[in-house]
Amino acid sequence: MKNQPVIEIKNLYKSFGQTRVLNDFNLTLFKGENLVLMGKSGSGKSVLIKCLVGLMDFDKGSIKVLGKDISNIKQSELDELRTDIGFLFQGSALYDSMTVRENLEFPLRRHQNDSESKTKARVEEALENVGLPQTIDLMPAELSGGMQRRIALARALILKPKIIIYDEPTTGLDPITAKEIILLMMNIQKKYATSSLIITHDVDCARVISNRMILLLDGKDYIQGTFNELALSEDPKIKAFFK
Amino acid sequence: MKFLSSHQSGFISFFNEIGDMGNFTGRYFRELFSKPFEFREFLNQCYQMGNKSLLLVGVTGFILGLVFTLQSRPTLMEFGAVSWMPSMISISIVREIGPVIIALICAGRIGSSIGAELGSMKVTEQIDAMEVSGTNPFKYLVVTRILAATCMLPLLVIIGDFVALVGSAIIENAKGDVSFTLYFNQVFEALEFTDLIPATLKTFFFGFAIGLVGCFKGYNSNKGTAGVGKASNSAVVFTSMLLFVLDFIAVFITDIFYS
Ligand SMILES: Nc1ncnc2c1ncn2[C@@H]1O[C@H](COP(=O)(O)OP(=O)(O)O)[C@@H](O)[C@H]1O
Ligand SMILES: [Mg+2]
Repeated sequence: MKNQPVIEIKNLYKSFGQTRVLNDFNLTLFKGENLVLMGKSGSGKSVLIKCLVGLMDFDKGSIKVLGKDISNIKQSELDELRTDIGFLFQGSALYDSMTVRENLEFPLRRHQNDSESKTKARVEEALENVGLPQTIDLMPAELSGGMQRRIALARALILKPKIIIYDEPTTGLDPITAKEIILLMMNIQKKYATSSLIITHDVDCARVISNRMILLLDGKDYIQGTFNELALSEDPKIKAFFK
Repeated sequence: MKFLSSHQSGFISFFNEIGDMGNFTGRYFRELFSKPFEFREFLNQCYQMGNKSLLLVGVTGFILGLVFTLQSRPTLMEFGAVSWMPSMISISIVREIGPVIIALICAGRIGSSIGAELGSMKVTEQIDAMEVSGTNPFKYLVVTRILAATCMLPLLVIIGDFVALVGSAIIENAKGDVSFTLYFNQVFEALEFTDLIPATLKTFFFGFAIGLVGCFKGYNSNKGTAGVGKASNSAVVFTSMLLFVLDFIAVFITDIFYS
């Protein structure tokens, strides 16, 4: 079971006008693993995962998620597929006109015909998971950055997705809060047995959480391997990441 | 040479924008008529828009009625035509001044807040978040807002017109001893369906324009917080201009039909 791919990206190309962002990029995420994707800021990591969930069109190549080809799929099927993917945005992206409760209910109400009491219970469980049950009636603006990130994580998890994509989960947080978020991610991983794609340039985060790593360099999957393999590499381009 | 080319590119980007807005409008109508319709959010938006602008529309309408009557009185008096006051005021308010002034107020209130709200949702990736959670953000955010503005503006204009006439009646009552009953009797005598129908029809278009431009600017706003301010600001400027163009077209067409 272990070697079953849940995401397969093959020969991906993406340009904005004259600038090539992705240039023959390949990536496979296997079931149950934590794959860390590292790359410099502006190297196209966010672009890559936006292509992955169909938020952005790509120029060439193929993307398969849970066996379905993203580029020729009906809108309704894509929406269905998206409920299997949890997405943590770089800036949390909580709906700022809604309370924490409404933020968490939003995906539930749209995809599940649960009773009121069941919806309520699921929201409470999700908040419990991230350790913030007391914030349920607050607005996102009333929370600190770290709390917002956790609520966003709770929202990404609420439909019990099979795959979770984290876009720089620890960026912009202080080291202690960052550590808390990483711990939370690992607990969730254990509890729900999800497969995760983690984008980061935080070396500590990568060390703790990764089973395998890929470096995105010049639009290509420059190298892959375990954390230790990459950290011991003599290649100056790779070394630059681990300083 | 540089001067010329910078103007040329401004010209081209203006027409590009008109084209983009045309596509946006097309998408609005396609998504308006395809299922599902976000009814709850539509009602919520109607409520928000009414709630946000009612007081403003009331106060503006009232002052408009007062000032307009005070200013016109001496002139009519000179011609010995003070008894024409109610009919003159009501026709000019209901036909022209009411719709235009109130639409402009709403462009400032509703249009700018739509622009800012959608703009900040875009910039902070909330629109993307909505899309990956399997909800069509265009339907949820744009269709409901444009439709709500289209429905609410006529209502707000009718309320504003009425309040303006009340303001006018108060002046007539105080200065000319015209009773409220007499005033409104004259108003209803003067107004005909040929005044009301085109005047109300055009307010639907005004509301549509306010919602459309606000949504278009917000939904397509640029990255960065500066983009949000720009979206909201240019929504107001562009809508105000568009309102006068629409008004001119409406008056032009009415004139063909009723003369
Ligand atoms: N919508 C867009 N239009 C034009 N260029 C874009 C767009 N989105 C991203 N880019 C460009 O793509 C490159 C990669 O961006 P991004 O994926 O956000 O970087 P990061 O790896 O830091 O997440 C950047 O140079 C950025 O300017
Ligand atoms: Mg990024």
